[in-house]
Amino acid sequence: MKVTFRIWRQENKNSKGQFESYEVDGLTEDMSFLEALDYLNELLVTQNKKVIAFEYDCREGICGQCGVFINGRAHGPHDHMTTCQLHMRSFKDGETIVVEPWRATAFPVITDLIVDRSAFDRIIEKGGYITAKTGTAAEANAILIAKEVSDKAMDAAACIGCGACVATCKNSSAALFTAAKINHLNSLPQGKPEATQRVLEMTKQMELEGFGSCTFTGACEVECPEGISLTNIAEMNARRAKAKWFG
Amino acid sequence: MLDSKIPEGPLESKWRNYQLKSQLINPANKKKLNVIVVGSGLAGAGAAATLGELGYDVKCFCYQDSARRAHSVAAQGGINAAKNYQHDGDSVWRMFYDTLKGGDFRSREANVFRLAELSAPLIDHYVQQGVPFAREYGGVLVNRSFGGVQVQRTFYARGQTGQQLLLAAYSQLYKMKRAKKVEMFTRHEMLDLVIIEGKAKGIIARDLITGELKRFAADAVVLATGGYSRVFRLSTLAIGCNGSAIWKAHKRGACFAAPSFTQIHPTALPQTSEAQSKLTLMSESLRNDGRIWVPKNKEETRKANEIPEEERDYYLERRYPSFGNLAPRDIASRAAKERIDAGYGVGRLKNAVYLDFKHAIERFGLETIKDRYGNLFKMYKKITGVDAYQEPMQISPAAHFSMGGLWVDYELMTTIPGLYAIGECNFSDHGANRLGANSLLQASIDGYFVLPNTINNYLASALKEDHPTIDHPEFEKVEKEVTDQINKLLSVKGEKTVDHFHRELGKVMWQECAMSRNKEGLVKAIVQIKDIKDAFWKEVNVTGGHQEMNTELEKALRLADFLELGLLMCTDALQREESCGAHFREEFQTSEGEALRNDNAYAYVSAWEYHQGEFKLHKETLDFEYVQPTVRSYK
Repeated sequence: MKVTFRIWRQENKNSKGQFESYEVDGLTEDMSFLEALDYLNELLVTQNKKVIAFEYDCREGICGQCGVFINGRAHGPHDHMTTCQLHMRSFKDGETIVVEPWRATAFPVITDLIVDRSAFDRIIEKGGYITAKTGTAAEANAILIAKEVSDKAMDAAACIGCGACVATCKNSSAALFTAAKINHLNSLPQGKPEATQRVLEMTKQMELEGFGSCTFTGACEVECPEGISLTNIAEMNARRAKAKWFG
Repeated sequence: MLDSKIPEGPLESKWRNYQLKSQLINPANKKKLNVIVVGSGLAGAGAAATLGELGYDVKCFCYQDSARRAHSVAAQGGINAAKNYQHDGDSVWRMFYDTLKGGDFRSREANVFRLAELSAPLIDHYVQQGVPFAREYGGVLVNRSFGGVQVQRTFYARGQTGQQLLLAAYSQLYKMKRAKKVEMFTRHEMLDLVIIEGKAKGIIARDLITGELKRFAADAVVLATGGYSRVFRLSTLAIGCNGSAIWKAHKRGACFAAPSFTQIHPTALPQTSEAQSKLTLMSESLRNDGRIWVPKNKEETRKANEIPEEERDYYLERRYPSFGNLAPRDIASRAAKERIDAGYGVGRLKNAVYLDFKHAIERFGLETIKDRYGNLFKMYKKITGVDAYQEPMQISPAAHFSMGGLWVDYELMTTIPGLYAIGECNFSDHGANRLGANSLLQASIDGYFVLPNTINNYLASALKEDHPTIDHPEFEKVEKEVTDQINKLLSVKGEKTVDHFHRELGKVMWQECAMSRNKEGLVKAIVQIKDIKDAFWKEVNVTGGHQEMNTELEKALRLADFLELGLLMCTDALQREESCGAHFREEFQTSEGEALRNDNAYAYVSAWEYHQGEFKLHKETLDFEYVQPTVRSYK
């Protein structure tokens, strides 16, 4: 199959970027979207041109490193999918495919399609953990956790940290990402001792990083590869209000 | 040369005896000691966080944009521990024996026992960190079965166990970053090791954003860089996984052990085209409830669901009645290869076998199967477009885990003093074949429990020496060598892409050094790889410069090392004239086609020393004091 890629090229974080068009023939429907970009990059090398920089690692939807805006949607045309899981069979022969990096103040572009998501790490650093030094744990089954509680914690913990929620949000809010981690830990008995501090410090850091506020459009849930529910944000807000007013 | 430093005393007390005798460092002195940890997976993050807690000054490096993306994240099925929660007769001894036998008696008894012994406290640790392991309605932890074992000792968090464990390790790491005990260097790739007066004292790393080469000095260097199965190009590994750090360490003097012991995983998605970059793994846990089969008729054209029971060959159940679909990975992969090579493969390219859940759904109900494997079925659908609740999955063997790696002693130190290798990048516990759910285990045990308790034995003496500085002439020299290599790559300006050469290498490795090997093929492969390597250095084109982000240059540097590593793997496979575990030499098999081990001649770990492009073999004899090696049977 043949497609035209319109891809954002940007030398570095200080330069002004622009779209460039690439006509690519010889693709097959079995190829993943990233393999089509690999293919394009090999063509560029044979033309002695610099390759397009884009992110990936595991290519099976779990590491969260890949992620671009494709035809105006985070991770492409399907709900709940990472860019690496997208295949060319989702596009029509002859189609023009527009590819851009995540756009958010808190995710500055490094080069081409690659952005800096270290803001996420800094949010985690402010409490996305349970303080338990190696070697200090009690017998595992001494902590009983109801299956529903554990399952719900797992639903939130499944976040892969790709940033699609931020990229798709009109306010560039990181509320879904932050809420997922807070709810994972605060709903478990092990996470209770630090629960108040966690919700206050992580949400504060989220704001300091320049992410916008959540206005509950639900766009994030649709694009989230793990389908993490919007209700997590409501739950986080409730936890935050409680922590602020009642300690 | 190869002193394994196994402690005195009975097997059960060796680790305790070791700890009683190892040197201690007082907390005030620990903060004067710097440790570099390369890699941020379960081994690297676990070690960096724990060393930070102990008071050392730690620098941790990863090539990804965040430590949370290290490839431990992709492990699906679970982690083993001898908790005996299921009351099914499990014990540390049984887990030790299963692992030793699973590795076809090509690993050290003392190491394997320690792995089993520390497994139970590791689960306690992860639960305390908030890992949402699967639970019963009553609130206790659940277990499931995994290949090569007849008890249920695998703990899991849906099909995302690796992710959940890694996120726990990553969060502990960033907690220590916040405490200013660990400094993180993301998007940094180690390109060489610096040795001063015979001891590992630092690294040269490339900042992947600016391209700048940077020097880092330390009192000890820990490599936790994972496996090297990307040498086959198509593998279950992340695209960035590489062998460069351990290869550079090898070239600077660290012995490389059993490089050819590579696990081929039986349940990956089959290759569909030449352009494919990756073979996605489907968790081995699926074999708990899924049944593997091929049609009895080679010319079969019907869809899977239309083929009646009596015309299906459940070949694992037929050949291995006592373990059936839960036969260990090496055996399941070879059995699949045997059927596919004989012409019974399914799928468009006839390169796959069926993994069928029909009976499990009938027996347990759709909801139970969804609860157990829901995300794996979802993933399968995303990639193939097929609903595996309705028709069987198509799976195929793929290169997966590296049992081989840098040779390490009981303390996990390589043959270079002050250089440690932990997790998948070392050779220690898995012998010639790793059991499922033992990978997360070994990486975690090495990182959290073993290294932080052994490194002090070395650092206690480092305390008395001068701390290395980056002004030392050795840093200058090594950095120049790295610069020269980069410049050389950029100046070739040939006409072929890096991926072209990687595909060539992958084809040779997959053909001659994967599931089955023979002398003729290996000899041929060595010649072919040398040719590919020569052509690479003459014809490759790496566009872009080095003082900027250049993903093509990153790939080229990794491939340059894979081309050399491939040679060593074939050399190792050639010298081992027996079949054991994943190493199957066609010349050495029983009349039933099973591996034929030779304990008289080959009960050793091969450890290769690098010398100006040549490899010299050293042997560490494996003494079996507590277990009598037997013919490994799963029939």
